[in-house]
Amino acid sequence: MTDDGTTRVQPPESAAGAPFWAGTRERRFTLPWCRACGRPHWFPREVCPHCLSDDLDWREASGRGAVHAVSVMPAGGAGGAARGPYAVALVDLEEGVRLMTEVIGCDPETVAVGLPVRLVWQPLGDGRHLHLFEPDR
Amino acid sequence: MADGRGLRGRAAIVGVADEVSPTGMIDGSVRALEARMIKAALADAGLSLADVNGVACNNSPGWAPSLELAEYLGIQPRWTDSTQTGGSSFEIHVEHAAAAIALGLCEVAVVVYAATPRSDHQRGTGGWRTRQTAGATPAAEWELPFGLRMPMGAYALAASRHMARYGTTSEQLAQIAVSTREWAAMNPAARLRDPITVEDVLASPMPASPLHKLDCCLVTDGAGAVVLTGADRARDLTRPPAYVLGAATCHTHSMISEMPDLCVTGAAVSGPAAFAMAGIGPGEVDVAQLYDSFTITVLLALEDLGFCAKGEGGAFAAEGVLGPGGALPTNTSGGGLAYTHPGQFGIFLLVEAVRQLRGDCGPRQVEGAEVAVAHGSGGVLSAMATVVLGTEAAL
Repeated sequence: MTDDGTTRVQPPESAAGAPFWAGTRERRFTLPWCRACGRPHWFPREVCPHCLSDDLDWREASGRGAVHAVSVMPAGGAGGAARGPYAVALVDLEEGVRLMTEVIGCDPETVAVGLPVRLVWQPLGDGRHLHLFEPDR
Repeated sequence: MADGRGLRGRAAIVGVADEVSPTGMIDGSVRALEARMIKAALADAGLSLADVNGVACNNSPGWAPSLELAEYLGIQPRWTDSTQTGGSSFEIHVEHAAAAIALGLCEVAVVVYAATPRSDHQRGTGGWRTRQTAGATPAAEWELPFGLRMPMGAYALAASRHMARYGTTSEQLAQIAVSTREWAAMNPAARLRDPITVEDVLASPMPASPLHKLDCCLVTDGAGAVVLTGADRARDLTRPPAYVLGAATCHTHSMISEMPDLCVTGAAVSGPAAFAMAGIGPGEVDVAQLYDSFTITVLLALEDLGFCAKGEGGAFAAEGVLGPGGALPTNTSGGGLAYTHPGQFGIFLLVEAVRQLRGDCGPRQVEGAEVAVAHGSGGVLSAMATVVLGTEAAL
């Protein structure tokens, strides 16, 4: 029931997000860290939202985390009729940031708050990859 | 002013108007509807367009809402506000207008909203996704690729978190829709008036789990306006003033993925600040108008405004206290769930609060209502604004 990426809204690539997307071309999952205050942030910005420094360092992340919240979209929903039921989740990464993603590789109804998950890449069709997650069994 | 009570009783809402239809559709362009609402609200107040020197609106075909509206009306205001926070914009406009009036920046201000999403949909124009997909916004880059159905999916995430953390149930959320529908049954202008049960809500389709269709607001056309002026002038006008006793705002995020805590909204800041300005507590509120884009929106507001403790909103609402005869009459018009929801509902919260304080609500009137709260929520639980209103007796 997972889709092939062709029915997704393709993410635009902002200047702030370009280093992230460049990493995904090599299947490297990176987060922006601030060299000034030592903290990571999400979503990517030109400056650190904690201290407004622009001295950022893209560091590889573990790709592990846990589901913070989840909602299952029914078939024929916003993702297009070709996409079956799927679980959109907010995931807390080990590094301490939260991001939106989709949890695949299981019955979407079994995706629950607290479920441990790990990164799985999905090709976007332009060389980039999208950061999805699957249960970390 | 520095005592936090600066706005208490300084300005009042003196005129209100709205237009909705049980069909969900009304005639007229957005701008024409706004003009119609302003005319009606001014007539309600016993004022005329010549008295208006402040204007607030958040919606426009172009880039400058209040400029374009004032030009359309042919007026040259000296106080203007195009603040756009979605559905809570109008509570913020009232907060700003009361402050402007208190400081002498203007004397008579109008706040207006009109939208025709239901008619637009019939014509094949407009729509949330059309707006959301425009340009390389952070939402387009970091949220849209995952296919979260908007806006209900954002609220569904908050509901899922609240359920996991506090044991809130779908049945408890459903009771909010049931109580609201009981009020709508008493409002001839409401879109949905047939009674529903908790079982009906749970049996309705699930556009984004754990929210059911009957947990979600309507999509209708609708328009409304309120007129504010200073307390001294208000006392000389046609109808009893609804004084602004307190008002406060807090926004916490724009995208749902950036909400600092999915179980706590900005109402935890705006509510206590507005109540402190008013010099009252939540226990002294006679009637509440709490933005009900979704049942979870109401549940979070009940907790964050202090009507019940954090985590207990489900059990609180499940007792039926929000409905007719309950301890906290809430969304007495039928709310966004059953009265009308033209994209943004905040103006209607204010209109209904004022009508309750005037005793104008007929069969749905809350007897002896002296203090009302209009609490707006905008974006995706993003921008909260709380206005406490009261009668002369509440001053």
